[in-house]
Amino acid sequence: MPSTLGLEACSSDKEQNMAELLKVENLKTQFHTESGVVKAVDGISYYIDEREIIGLVGESGCGKSVSQLSVMQLISTPGKIVGGEVIFEGKDLLKYKTHGPEMRSVRGAKIAMIFQEPMTSLNPVLTVNQQLTEMLELHLKMSKKAARGRAIELLGMVGIPDAQNRIDDYPHQFSGGMRQRVMIAMALSCSPKILIADEPTTALDVTTQAQLLELMKDMVERLQTSLVIVTHNLGVVARYAQRIYIMYAGRIVEAGTTKDIFGKPRHPYTIGLLKCIPRLDEEEGRKLVPIKGLPPNLINMPPTCAFLPRCSYKVGRCSKEPWPPLKNLHGQHYVSCYANTEVKDK
Amino acid sequence: MVEKHTSEIAFSEAPVRVSEWRRFRRVFFERKLVTFGLVILLLMVIAAVFAPLLVPYDPYQPGKGESLLQPSTKHLLGTDLLGRDTLSRLIYGARTALMVGFISVFTSFFIGVPLGIIAGYFGGIINMVIMRAMDALMCFPMLLLALFLAAVLKDYFSGIWVVIIALSIAIIPGYARVTHGVTLSIKENDYIMAQRAMGSSNTRVMLGHILPNAFPPLIVLMTMQLGALILAEAGLSFLGIGIDPPGAAWGAMVYDGYRYLANHPVLWLAPGIAIALVVFAFNIVGDGLRDALDPRLRGLL
Repeated sequence: MPSTLGLEACSSDKEQNMAELLKVENLKTQFHTESGVVKAVDGISYYIDEREIIGLVGESGCGKSVSQLSVMQLISTPGKIVGGEVIFEGKDLLKYKTHGPEMRSVRGAKIAMIFQEPMTSLNPVLTVNQQLTEMLELHLKMSKKAARGRAIELLGMVGIPDAQNRIDDYPHQFSGGMRQRVMIAMALSCSPKILIADEPTTALDVTTQAQLLELMKDMVERLQTSLVIVTHNLGVVARYAQRIYIMYAGRIVEAGTTKDIFGKPRHPYTIGLLKCIPRLDEEEGRKLVPIKGLPPNLINMPPTCAFLPRCSYKVGRCSKEPWPPLKNLHGQHYVSCYANTEVKDK
Repeated sequence: MVEKHTSEIAFSEAPVRVSEWRRFRRVFFERKLVTFGLVILLLMVIAAVFAPLLVPYDPYQPGKGESLLQPSTKHLLGTDLLGRDTLSRLIYGARTALMVGFISVFTSFFIGVPLGIIAGYFGGIINMVIMRAMDALMCFPMLLLALFLAAVLKDYFSGIWVVIIALSIAIIPGYARVTHGVTLSIKENDYIMAQRAMGSSNTRVMLGHILPNAFPPLIVLMTMQLGALILAEAGLSFLGIGIDPPGAAWGAMVYDGYRYLANHPVLWLAPGIAIALVVFAFNIVGDGLRDALDPRLRGLL
């Protein structure tokens, strides 16, 4: 579990002099269903710098994954990206056609993605070699032989023992953790600028989780890749991310450096999330406090703050005014809340 | 140390692919009936391929004064009205049957499977157009459709090709529908999304990732349809469509023979049994293939 000391070391030395790599502005993705329009992502903005690790945290159904799939333009019907910009290397990715060659040359080569379920993320009928080299041949125009060599090298890098022989195995011959390693190798095969890890460790057991996160961190450092960790587990990002975005009901409700989020959380939702994590470095007897209630139905959302029904800090303004905009507190710390939650009961 | 250990385990696990093949063989040959079917098919293929070397007489050459002979040591299965050797014609008939079966199966495979994948993968209006067209085609019974098509095509193509084209068109919907269904389930898998996230084009995803996964049910379907097609071909040639005289086809032979129903039963019995055996063999081998290739498919087709 995160210790505050580790966070400081990690966040302070990397803040300066990094060029902005990806900037998402007011991204909106909606799903037109029979019962109404689901605003899965409702105007989120974030950015990621070169070689930076950011975390995107929120509970199930808050739009984390959809926002990332939108960046890659991988939303399929009935979903639709209805607004916003995704500026990557100076160009708006949303201007590209979904299946056009420009977008395809971004996917995998410039921005790669790892999915939640390692058990099903590899094609069961193709060998690991076939799947790994496909990307290399496609994006880097490598020859079959060169691609195979590179693939073996990559498998070795992600810690697959005996990569020489294992490369011709089928996915079912690997364990879950090993498959996720293969996925990491695959995603990083073309040295992308950004790696999006969509709940990369959710399906794995705790020890494997830790190994894989370490591995991912090492790999992105080695390849100078930026990493977006999408997760519902604050513990996962605490140790690795430099900045964290907290999402709720399709919006970012709080953003800040990891130190800000863990040290001085300001949104009631973030506070709630932190209260329900058990910690080793605390006095005995603290009760874990769950967040009461359920996340809102994203169809026909009220204009007011979506967290209002579950909020224990609400003030008079909350039920009268629309969803509060993100307000800068200091430095990189933003929060979208009317209530003054600067309380010490953290 | 730990790493070393795992690599050794990996080594001992390595020959899994061999055992996969072994498993296939074990399940496939477990049932004696499947082996029997396979032997029949092999015999038939050999007969068809080496027909000119195997036949005792020219199947097309009428024998003078040898009309309607009963089976004897000279003519093992007797002769027909024109004095042609029935056994020789039976062997040449295997050629016709197999040719019609294989060419039609592959033609409709190459048309129906892409249609099914495209419809299933893209969905929406494309799916609507393709699959409703297939449904419309499926409304007609296969034999009736083939008859109709054969009648239309008769002026443009000769003999056996009419039958091949007609039957190919008639079975396209089967492939399209099976592929469509399988594609719908495959495309929801994470690895398809992962492939797209890696920048694969739609064509690449469809050919490289959906098609290989859709293969097991398709192979089974092909085998089973070979039997059905041979039966349909026999039906058509029984009705006088397809093979031009003096060509040999089992259906036409049954038709020729049924005029001598009581006096010369061997004339219609021999081709009839050949048809029944081959259709049975194809079905049983298809069944065996299904169980051996993918146990989950048991009872699906």
